[in-house]
Amino acid sequence: MSVLVYTENWDGRFKKQTYEIVSYAAKLAEQMGSSLTAVSIGEVSEDELQSLGNYGAAKVLTVDNDKVKVLDNKVYTSIIAEAAIKEGAGIIVLANNNSGKALAPRLSVRLKAGIGAGVSKLPVSIDPFTVVKRVFSGNAFAKLIIKSDIKIITLAQNSFDVVETGGSAGVEKFEAAVLPEAKTVVKDVHKQGGKLLLTDAEIVVSGGRGMKSADNWGPLEELAEVLGAATACSRPVSDEGWRPHEEHTGQTGKIIAPNLYIAVGISGATQHIAGVSSSKYIVAINTDKDAPIFETAQYGIVGDALKVLPELVNAVKAAKNK
Amino acid sequence: MKILVCISNVPDTTTRVKFLENNTKLDTAGIQWVINPWDELSLTRALELKEKPGAGVDKVTVIHVGEQSSEPTIRKALAIGADDAIRVNADPLDAYFVAAQIAEIVRGEDFDIILSGIESSDHNGSTVGGMLSEFLDIPSVSAVSSLDLEGGEAVITREIDGGKEIVNVPVPFVAVVQKGIAKEPRIAAMRGIMMARSKPIKVIEPVSVDPLTNVESYTLPEERAACKFIDADKPAELIEILQNEAKVI
Repeated sequence: MSVLVYTENWDGRFKKQTYEIVSYAAKLAEQMGSSLTAVSIGEVSEDELQSLGNYGAAKVLTVDNDKVKVLDNKVYTSIIAEAAIKEGAGIIVLANNNSGKALAPRLSVRLKAGIGAGVSKLPVSIDPFTVVKRVFSGNAFAKLIIKSDIKIITLAQNSFDVVETGGSAGVEKFEAAVLPEAKTVVKDVHKQGGKLLLTDAEIVVSGGRGMKSADNWGPLEELAEVLGAATACSRPVSDEGWRPHEEHTGQTGKIIAPNLYIAVGISGATQHIAGVSSSKYIVAINTDKDAPIFETAQYGIVGDALKVLPELVNAVKAAKNK
Repeated sequence: MKILVCISNVPDTTTRVKFLENNTKLDTAGIQWVINPWDELSLTRALELKEKPGAGVDKVTVIHVGEQSSEPTIRKALAIGADDAIRVNADPLDAYFVAAQIAEIVRGEDFDIILSGIESSDHNGSTVGGMLSEFLDIPSVSAVSSLDLEGGEAVITREIDGGKEIVNVPVPFVAVVQKGIAKEPRIAAMRGIMMARSKPIKVIEPVSVDPLTNVESYTLPEERAACKFIDADKPAELIEILQNEAKVI
């Protein structure tokens, strides 16, 4: 029973989250005493494909044809399912991102494989196959037993350390024997150019209503810049139109798990915490010392964000120059 | 055109959950049950489309897999404006079981668009909508943040990592819906609440399906250590700690 990992690419490139899931899947394969195969869909260079070997993939199946130029969930599902059958995969690992969420459930039905969604650790038991997953929006965890022969895991982002193994992978061209017609037509694409993506960021600086106005974001963005961080916001801020909706972090917005989350002028409503509680460290800056955000934060400053932010910018600059 | 909205019944999102029987069962005492937030937004958008001249939507149905105890949540959906409802009378054992039950119903009807929330706020699985599309062998579009109907065609915005795509798929399809699909969830008005009393809820017995997963037990998150406060006049100390103690910058 081998392990199969779906390695999505972005304009032909893999990124850190790809190497995270490959590292995770490789460790899983090691636990199972089996080997890891990656499946890549779309145009990716030979070098890029071979780089997966360095994170533990023994074999890489690469698929590129006219039907895979855009994500059609049915077409991609057919490819991954056939790859899984060909490799005799007992476990399939995908990222718990937009495409992982689109494909994993279809694969589940196709292969009659139970899903552990948004898992952040290796299984706690192989027999019965048991994973721990976040439930009730982070207010609890469930030990979930997957009973089917084939198991699917979607791995939460930034939850597993990238491990370089120094290994190499054999790259093979692969074609699914039966491919349905692609029904998804992409009419237009709007890419968020050049900006560090919130879901990729290891550090996030986030502003709430305590920022008082859309005009006050300058120092917050500056802090993000000196830290190499992405910017986020709470729901009231995006509802007010102070910041774009893409930045809304919380239960109904983006769910993130950076190494460091700096909450500025955010009171910490349950729904907001639900989106950030998996962060490794949370720092809160708020004028109200009783704000619930301080119950979740490890470090806090009680003070006016607009005064504290510029001083933090200076302190980071000074620390980085040392 | 007919729209089906899948509705999940979840604890109010501010609930502090507790568990019973060796942490194997949710303690439902005192829990306020609500329509899953994303499903509520889906329903709102379905109703907006029904009201939009020329969109051609003539009926909005909600479907729910749950026991009799979840009927207030279905009534709420009807009060918000759904025309009718279907309840599959079963304990929703897992996502696969739920999707299989809904698929069974849909096969006998003629829905053009099926909306399903991107996740439920209880099990956070993000799975039912996608599973349903595969059971039905129809297209699915995930992370949908806007849906419109123009000249009988669906115009769909889906979120991709780092951007958006405007896509089209032919009906029937499943749209797995996220934030943005509607601005605010619609709230039931008194008239709606009165009318909901006489709207039909069709109750259907489940088909036999084995779930693929089961929850062995729940745990609560570890208590975080108490917050360490840094003097507002010395923010440099925070940076020092983040650099040398937490080692995150």
